[in-house]
Amino acid sequence: MRRHRFAGPIIIAAALITVGSAFSMASALPTAQHAETSAANTVVDEGKQIFLRGCSSCHGLNAEGSGIAPSLIGVGGAAVDFQVGTGRMPMADMSQQAMRKRPVYNAEQTAALAAYVASLAPGPAVVDPASINWERDGNVANGGTLFRTNCAMCHNFAAQGGALTNGKYAPTLMGVEPKYIYEAMITGPQSMPKFADTTLTPKDKADIIAWIQAANKEPAQGGASLGRVGPVTEGLLVWTLGLGLLIGVAVWLATKAR
Amino acid sequence: MTNSVERFQDPGLPAHIHRKADFDERAAKRAERQVAILFLLSALSTVGTIYSYIFVKSSAKVYLPIMGEQQVNNLGIGIGLAGALFFIGMGAIHWAKTLMDDTEVVAERHEFRSSDEDRAEFVETIKERAGTAQLGRRSLIKKTLGLAVGLVGLSPLVLLRDLGPLPKKQLEQTSWKAGTYLVSDPMGRRIKAADLEVGGVVQVLPELAPGQERTLENTGTDAVLLIRIRPEEFNLSPERLSWTHEGIIAFSKICSHMGCAVALYEQQTKHLLCPCHQSTFDVTRAAKVIFGPAARPLPQLAITVDNEGYLIAKQGFTEPIGPSFWERNSA
Repeated sequence: MRRHRFAGPIIIAAALITVGSAFSMASALPTAQHAETSAANTVVDEGKQIFLRGCSSCHGLNAEGSGIAPSLIGVGGAAVDFQVGTGRMPMADMSQQAMRKRPVYNAEQTAALAAYVASLAPGPAVVDPASINWERDGNVANGGTLFRTNCAMCHNFAAQGGALTNGKYAPTLMGVEPKYIYEAMITGPQSMPKFADTTLTPKDKADIIAWIQAANKEPAQGGASLGRVGPVTEGLLVWTLGLGLLIGVAVWLATKAR
Repeated sequence: MTNSVERFQDPGLPAHIHRKADFDERAAKRAERQVAILFLLSALSTVGTIYSYIFVKSSAKVYLPIMGEQQVNNLGIGIGLAGALFFIGMGAIHWAKTLMDDTEVVAERHEFRSSDEDRAEFVETIKERAGTAQLGRRSLIKKTLGLAVGLVGLSPLVLLRDLGPLPKKQLEQTSWKAGTYLVSDPMGRRIKAADLEVGGVVQVLPELAPGQERTLENTGTDAVLLIRIRPEEFNLSPERLSWTHEGIIAFSKICSHMGCAVALYEQQTKHLLCPCHQSTFDVTRAAKVIFGPAARPLPQLAITVDNEGYLIAKQGFTEPIGPSFWERNSA
């Protein structure tokens, strides 16, 4: 069997990327020693150090981006807080979409990274959760209307998430902290477009968050909600479990007693 | 070759095999007990249903795996009623299978034609009744009955008119005109071009004239998606480029395939997806179809700004929005 003539170079490149990213992830792990020595430095400098070790292999030494990762100049602290705070960055592998996982950096390191990226160029600032006030100001009914017009096409009418193209998807919004929902709207992470405060006001956003939190708490009165995604899981259940049961009964009906 | 086919013997019915309960009294007793137990289970389930309805408080909850937190009384009523019906059926079938007579019986099909006597009698009856009803003598009744029955058939024909009238130009028009302000859906606020960031989208509708109300039909045809990308990313003809404003481009949200709302916008790939049949449109190339069943690009709305920087329509849509229809001029 003859190998493709590019097989060799591709395997070497893949191995290099794997080893490189594994090393950068490993070297980015927090150490107690590091926290002590950087205490004297400014937060921005600390953020830069973390960036150089943990992020620069993809995003470039000056956050200018590369063929595999976008430039971070001007994305603002909010984007960093969202991506790193929800564990999406650093990515576990070079797949289509960074998914939510356990964060690699702690809150302090995330704040430092956000401060560094925010220092590069102006952009949306990290959102203070106390400033959203969705519990006091959020109008759930209005939020539902806004959600169905602006969000439901990707995130599903019950905020359960949905599929996009080539393995990308809009994640579920169940259990997502209000701060991260807000930051996602103003920064437009990955496939999501931006919903700036100028077009969707902070009040509108508080309404949307209030609606999502209400949807989050919605009890499943009818029994198992099956993910609330509508006919897909319901159909699957009926076609497998339901029909399986019926076939079982039919077989029992037709067997003769001995 | 000969036409003669070798006839084979009718094999007849296989020999009847007796069940254990047919000759063993102990097995028959056991089957009887089994059926009785099934019927008793049904009775118990009914008692459980009634008990759950009357005595279990609706506040009582129980946690079940997969199902989550459940109301005990609802669960009791449901499971009880299901069991009550299921065990009656199961008992009846078990009874039939083990104890009821199961010897095979041959029932020959009877002749389809009625006997000559019956047929003659039927004709006789019809003639006699028609005579006593005086159908032959009372011609007024005969004629008016004919008229009434005949007219009944007309009304379905009249209903056919509901297939019309033809929509004329209605399918080719939207509320967009030159100078119509773009307002956000559903807030109804005018939008400044500067308000929209690169990578941002706004769902828009035409601004209503004072006193006008938004109807569902209007929303269904007027809905537009506003997208801002970097102007250098556009790959448009000079005319279409002049329809954009500093990287802001507007498309009808109504899919050219089946009329779903196309609004899944991937801001990295600049692709617009239709959720119904996965038609994919490339925003940078005037919503050119790059995947899926849609036959035409989404109609683009020409936009510009007024003196204060608010986005307005330069002109209405130049082609009908939405799916194809019979009288549509373009392909």
